[in-house]
Parts: sequence; C-alpha cells; structure tokens
Amino acid sequence: MPDAPGLELIRQDCNAAHPGAVLDTSFDHDQAALLADPKQILDVLRWLHDTPGQEYRFLSSLHVADYLPAEPRFGVHYELLNMPRVERIRVKAMLAGPEATSNGDAAGAGNPAAPGSGAEEAAGLSGLPGIDSCVELFPTAEFHEREAYDFFGIVFRGHPDLRRILLPEDYVGWPLRRDFPVGGEPVLFTRDEPDSPGWYE
Amino acid sequence: MSTPETLDSAGVTVERQQLEPEQELLTINMGPHHPATHGVLRVIVELEGEVVRDLKPVVGYGHTGIEKSSEDKSYWKVIPFVERMDYLAYFFNMEAFCGAVERLLELEIPDRAKYLRVIHLELNRIHSHLVWLGTSALDLGAISMFWYCFRERDRVLDLFEMSTGQRMHTRYFQVGGVIEDIPPGFGAKLREFVEEMPTRVDQYQALLDRNEIFLHRTRNVGIVSRERLLELGVTGPLLRAAGEPWDMRKTVGTLAYPDLDFRIPVGTVGDGYDRYRVRLAEVRESVEIIRQALEGLPEGPHIADDRKVVLPPRSELPTSMEALIHHFKLVTEGYRVPPGEVYYAVEGPRGELGCYVLADGSAKPARVHVRDPSFVNLQMLRDMCIGGLLADLIQNLAMLDPILGGVDR
Repeated sequence: MPDAPGLELIRQDCNAAHPGAVLDTSFDHDQAALLADPKQILDVLRWLHDTPGQEYRFLSSLHVADYLPAEPRFGVHYELLNMPRVERIRVKAMLAGPEATSNGDAAGAGNPAAPGSGAEEAAGLSGLPGIDSCVELFPTAEFHEREAYDFFGIVFRGHPDLRRILLPEDYVGWPLRRDFPVGGEPVLFTRDEPDSPGWYE
Repeated sequence: MSTPETLDSAGVTVERQQLEPEQELLTINMGPHHPATHGVLRVIVELEGEVVRDLKPVVGYGHTGIEKSSEDKSYWKVIPFVERMDYLAYFFNMEAFCGAVERLLELEIPDRAKYLRVIHLELNRIHSHLVWLGTSALDLGAISMFWYCFRERDRVLDLFEMSTGQRMHTRYFQVGGVIEDIPPGFGAKLREFVEEMPTRVDQYQALLDRNEIFLHRTRNVGIVSRERLLELGVTGPLLRAAGEPWDMRKTVGTLAYPDLDFRIPVGTVGDGYDRYRVRLAEVRESVEIIRQALEGLPEGPHIADDRKVVLPPRSELPTSMEALIHHFKLVTEGYRVPPGEVYYAVEGPRGELGCYVLADGSAKPARVHVRDPSFVNLQMLRDMCIGGLLADLIQNLAMLDPILGGVDR
C-alpha cells in the first residue's frame, strides 16, 4: 500500500506523463485510491503497469459500484496489486449514468458511449455508459468486465466477447443498479398461470 | 494435413477432401449436468478427434443474486448470505465480508477472536481440500479415495458442529469477533484430530503418489506457465503449483498469521501432479497452523467490546435496561456503518477471496461484491486444455477445483 505522500507522488508522476489523467486521490482505511479520467483510463493503467518503480502487474479484481444519487454515478474499480512489494492501489473511474447520457448533459464528467460508433448502436448498446476495455493489458479482466456489463450495463469498448455471463442472455435490465428494485420480477403463482398465456416459454 | 492436389471425381470440396474423418471439428456440449463438472458448469468443446481445439466455459446456472440481495439486508444479516456463495469455503467468505466491515468501522478484534478465526479458517481449508481430493480422485477412477476423504471431512464437520452448532454455513464469524467461545472439550477433540490428520495424509499419499494410473493422468498435463497464470489473475494453489510463492497469509499477514510458523508449499512444473502435491502439502501446513494456534490460544474476550456494534452478552439482558435496548436495536435495525469503501482479501482455499463493501452511512451495505477465486481461475481452463485430449479436460477441471456456487454467486 503506498502511503498518502507516495500516492501524491504517483499522481504527480502520472499526470506528468499523461496530463489530466489522474483527477484526485483518496486515502481511507489504509487503502490508496486514484480517481482517473475515464477517457484516459487505459493510459493510467498502462502507466501503473509499465513504469519502473510502479509495476502494478496484477489485477486482483475489477468491479463496479453504483453511487446513486451521486452523479456521475457508476464507479469502475480496478484493484491493482504489486506482488513483490505487496502493495495494492485502487484506480477508480466514474461514469455518468444513462439519464445524463441520453439528454446530452455532457457537463458532468464521465464518458458516455461515443455516439456514432456503428457497431455499438447495432448491438443496441448506444446510450449505455462506456469505458475502454483493459483486457489487452490484463487478460484476467475478461470475465470481470463481462460481469460488470451483465449487472450494470457498462459497455467495455474493445472487449473481445462482451456478452452476459451470469444472467440468461435474453435477460432485460441491469439488475445491480441501485434503481433496479429487489424482487423486480413478478412472481408467478400456480393460480395465476391461466392469466399468463405463454408463461412456460 | 495433406495437400489439396488430391481431388477426386465425386465433387467433394477441397476442404472436405483434406480432412480425415477424425480431423473434422466436432462441437460438443459438456454439462451443465455432468458429474465431472463439480456443479452446474457447461463447457462447449471443439474437438478434432480426441484433441481439444477450443473451449468455452458457460456459467451462471446457479446464479442467485446474492450481491443484490445483500443490499437489502442489514450488515449482520448479510453474513449468512455471503457464506452460501462458495459453499466449501464458508468461513473464508465470512472472514472476507466481516473483515471488510470491521475495516469500515475501524474496529479492532480481540486476540482470542483472531486465533479462533484462524483455527476455523484452517479447518475449513482442510475440509475444502478433502472434498477436492475425494471428488478429483473419483474423476480419475480412484473411488476409494472418495470414502477416505469424506471420512476425515466428516470429522471436520463434527468439529464445526461442536464449536458453532452447524456443520455447514455456520454464521460463526461476526463483525467484531466470533459469536461465542469454543465449548469445553473442543480443544481436546481438535487436538485428537490434529494428531491424526498427518497420518491420514500419509495414507492418501501412499494411495496416490506412486499410483501408475494417477501419475499417467496427471503428470505433464494441463501445464500453464507462471507468467500466463499471473496475466489471467489466477491465485491460490494453482499459482503456487507453478512456482510462484504468493500466499496472502504470509505476505499480507492479517489475523494471527504473523504469530504462526508455517511454510508455503510450491510446485515446479505446474502440472496436475504439482497441483495435487501442493494441496496435500497445504493440508499438512494447515494442521501445523491449527496445532500452534491451539497451543497459543490467548485468554480473553472472543468478541470486541463495542456495544454499538456487538450484541450484549446474554447474561446481561435480564438485568440491564441498556443491554436490552441495544440488543433490540441491533437485531431490528442493525448498526450503521460510516460512509466509505473497502476491499479486503483473504487467502481462500482456491486463491484470493476478496470482498468489496461500499457503505453509504445506513444500516445496509450499498454494494457488496465478492471477488471469488473460482470465477477468475476458471479463465485458465482454456489454456490448460487446448491441444490436450478430451479425457484430460476432466482431469484439468478436477485439478482446477472450481466451486460453481462461488462462480455463479
């Protein structure tokens, strides 16, 4: 774990290499975190991965948290680990939610899915928050990113095989968002079966 | 493959002509209900004859939405939920979650609780490795191993039943420590188990170590290089079998692990046989850890003395009004956790078991995410199997040891 001054040094050095890439740092509960610009997330990750003296080569986990009602609401977390030094650092990128994306409110930070990218629109992914995939840098992220897409509807651009992973492929909705209700699906009781034609399909 | 010059008159296309019948790619579906997949795992395999050319694991059949349900429960009610993810490593799931919440609360747990946790974690590791050994040997045709391993596993479960009241999914770890102290007689019973277990491991090794069939099936099968494993995020015995001595009990050293003397077994080649040997050596080390933890078990409280988080002792309830009020408040509403987020990882039997908890200041977590090692490790199955025989896929999957409850969550 880099200490708080070490974290500031990382921020300075990274910003020197990639201006504006690291927006903020935080050091809570003995855990260091960098807040990265989602447009430059790959630069930050690659810098932490390759720069001598940093060498965070192991991605422990990639997960998403929904900070609703904050805006930008989605935080993509990369838990990086340097095994020889046993140091962990978290990189966070905040993405704007679908509402901010659809009404064109680009004032908030975040990185809405680039409009006009034909492939995404064809796949019905336009309007979803998007970020660059880090699978090339960390091959382990493949399953993590699919899981994040599955639960939060975050599009990882450049992912080799972005499909739902744990939910059925025909599932509608992004269930781990905070505005998705628990028990949001109607329960089918036996007595209701005649009222729901085709329920068995 | 032969050259395309040998065309015949029957109008068969060039490609068809080139392929011998056993060279045609055949896609078969293994699972989701297959006894050798150790759960509901489906693998789509592309075969050329008997050789695996490509494969894709398909998971999610056992998805129960535990992470979502956890957001609707107060913190202490989440513990039994996360236990049920990886159903062979329930103490580790509890430790990952409780440890994360303790860090959010900045709550230090008493020494005795740390030792009791270590004892139960290591018993759990033995239990998990025994189930793995029994079922994996069964996949390779060694049926008797299954009975022997489950015999010892039952003794571990008896110990769990004695100390926690449950054989599985014990809800024994609480935020702040453990729910109650070990009962009288537990130490003696545990010591008996600790004395006996090394002999049992000798017996397993006598059965398998130089067993011709077992050696043929496991040696030089499923080798993945250490660098590739690190790229794929693989941790635990699989990584150590390839020679990387990464074990968070040693490197990070939470709980009572820094006080205890144990070694980290590593392999050399990283084939199925190394994976088997590393896990068996880990069982021996776990026994050693339990022995030391039992000898060094300090006296004192088993749970932290923070009445805003921890339930008051039962004995106080009839006489203390405040105890009764706090008991009621803690059970109905639960305790509030100040806003913040923490990722806390422990070394589970299958690798890094991490828990991310986001607190928003209420009595319920805003997000619980478990980084389950089975889920991440499953990505190496492709690297293990490509170019190998279909029969080796069964062996590789057995040595990979995925727990589908943990994969699907």
